[in-house]
Amino acid sequence: MLKARGLTKRYGDTEVVRGLDLNVRRGECFGLLGPNGAGKTTTLRLLLGLIEPDGGSIELAGIAVPQHAREARMKVGVVPQMDNLDPDFSVRENLLAYGRYFGMEKAAIAARVPELLEFAGLASKADAPISQLSGGMKRRLTLARALVHDPDILFLDEPTTGLDPQARHLIWQGLRRLIADGKTIVLTTHFMEEAERLTDRLAILDHGRKVAEGAPRALIESHIEPAVVEVYGEGLEGWMRDYASQVCQRFETVGETLFCYTDNAERVIDALKQAPTLRYLHRPSNLEDVFLKLTGRDLRD
Amino acid sequence: MTKFLRLPRLSWRFVPVWQRNYLVWKKLAIPAILGNLADPMLYMLGLGYGLGSLLPDVGGMPYLTFLAAGTVAYSTMNAATFEVLYSSFSRMHVQRTWDAIMNAPLTLDDVLLGELSWAVAKSLLSGLAILAVIWGLGLYGNFWMTLWIIPVVALVGFCFGGMGLVMNALSPSYDFFLYYFTLVITPMVLLCGVFFPVSQLPLPVQAVSAWLPLTHAIDLARPLVVGNMPGDIALHVAGLLIYGSLGYVIALALTRRRLLK
Repeated sequence: MLKARGLTKRYGDTEVVRGLDLNVRRGECFGLLGPNGAGKTTTLRLLLGLIEPDGGSIELAGIAVPQHAREARMKVGVVPQMDNLDPDFSVRENLLAYGRYFGMEKAAIAARVPELLEFAGLASKADAPISQLSGGMKRRLTLARALVHDPDILFLDEPTTGLDPQARHLIWQGLRRLIADGKTIVLTTHFMEEAERLTDRLAILDHGRKVAEGAPRALIESHIEPAVVEVYGEGLEGWMRDYASQVCQRFETVGETLFCYTDNAERVIDALKQAPTLRYLHRPSNLEDVFLKLTGRDLRD
Repeated sequence: MTKFLRLPRLSWRFVPVWQRNYLVWKKLAIPAILGNLADPMLYMLGLGYGLGSLLPDVGGMPYLTFLAAGTVAYSTMNAATFEVLYSSFSRMHVQRTWDAIMNAPLTLDDVLLGELSWAVAKSLLSGLAILAVIWGLGLYGNFWMTLWIIPVVALVGFCFGGMGLVMNALSPSYDFFLYYFTLVITPMVLLCGVFFPVSQLPLPVQAVSAWLPLTHAIDLARPLVVGNMPGDIALHVAGLLIYGSLGYVIALALTRRRLLK
């Protein structure tokens, strides 16, 4: 459904995307993960043919991009990172106007509107101005707008950033419905939970390169020890010196917390009994641990 | 910059952009018409009657007629300029409407052409309103000849729409547009024969005036009001077309650099 080979984009001397290969299959939900500045949004803009790559090739829905980006975009729905609903129009008018950009007849769009409003949970707000919508409603309307021309593939750039948990779950619910309907989805996110819940496969990007790719569970199994014990509290330094390297396969400190990665958590917890002032949290390792291992813990601004 | 410069690829996909702007305008049409049109008419009638009663014939015609012909061009210019400056900037920069449109199968070429054609529509409206006053007050020489003013008005809208889009592409904020008005639009109004004949200006200034787009506009509009065939039609039409087309092409490159890098 989507193929990219050796995709490269430079701004001046900095390579923002460096030789990226992607392959998204039909009906798949594919995630692009990465810290800020990893090149996720640039990659999406390249895939849509909005900007021209300095190298590499793209095939989107079987169409070469950017050469035939216009035709390719007929088959794609986009939910951008920043809301850009038309504030001069009501909810319904937003859908009508957007359908016209795809060359749809007014009657054909109008026939789809009730279904889209129902999907977005905005049936009662059809004639409300955009300014009256909450952040979650705006996102849902943006998602419905991206579906107006019934695209085969959907691009979502951080679809739940800035939403409260309730609103986020509603978006996830909508996306699962679309996946069940057989839509192909490409989404960028830096919420690990979102990636774990929704994606079939994902790629982790850092500095414009792909550093890992696979199904979320497979990535966790192949990149990291199965359990994590997070240790913090009084006397951490002494305990770390005496025990950490013996009982942890791998450990690192972030701020005042020690992350101890292990396939034998019992042993770590036994060793922790030597230091009753320490507190700890024992949990299975997750995608976030993989992400932090591969992209580092430095702050990206 | 050069890598953003290329010939526009025109397509009919610009039509929904035009339509979008029309539908928004229609919601507030009455106040918009009053706001856009009342102002130039008040000036024209106030100065035309007030100042005109003190003056002998200007340029071989009553001052009100002279001013009416200038006002057709002037208000058309203003309508196009305001549209592509303030309104287009809101859509491009503040509301990010263009970003949303370009995720559909439209290119920036289509979006700018949609904006430009909408500016032409607003100009037509503005020019027609002044023309209606000219008809109503019988300020014309030959009614059929005044009908030619309609395509002239569209051409003037195209010219200043294209030029204004360049400013839109360069502007960091609304305040920036003040430079354009102070340095380009206002001097042009004074140099191109809106309020008084260009022949009143010193010769070197007249030479500059001959190159300005508003002069071309007025040189077409004023004879048509009076009922004469304008001279050098091809020159004036070409002048307006070139200013507008160059503006569109340059604006396209600059906007591409701004939005699509």
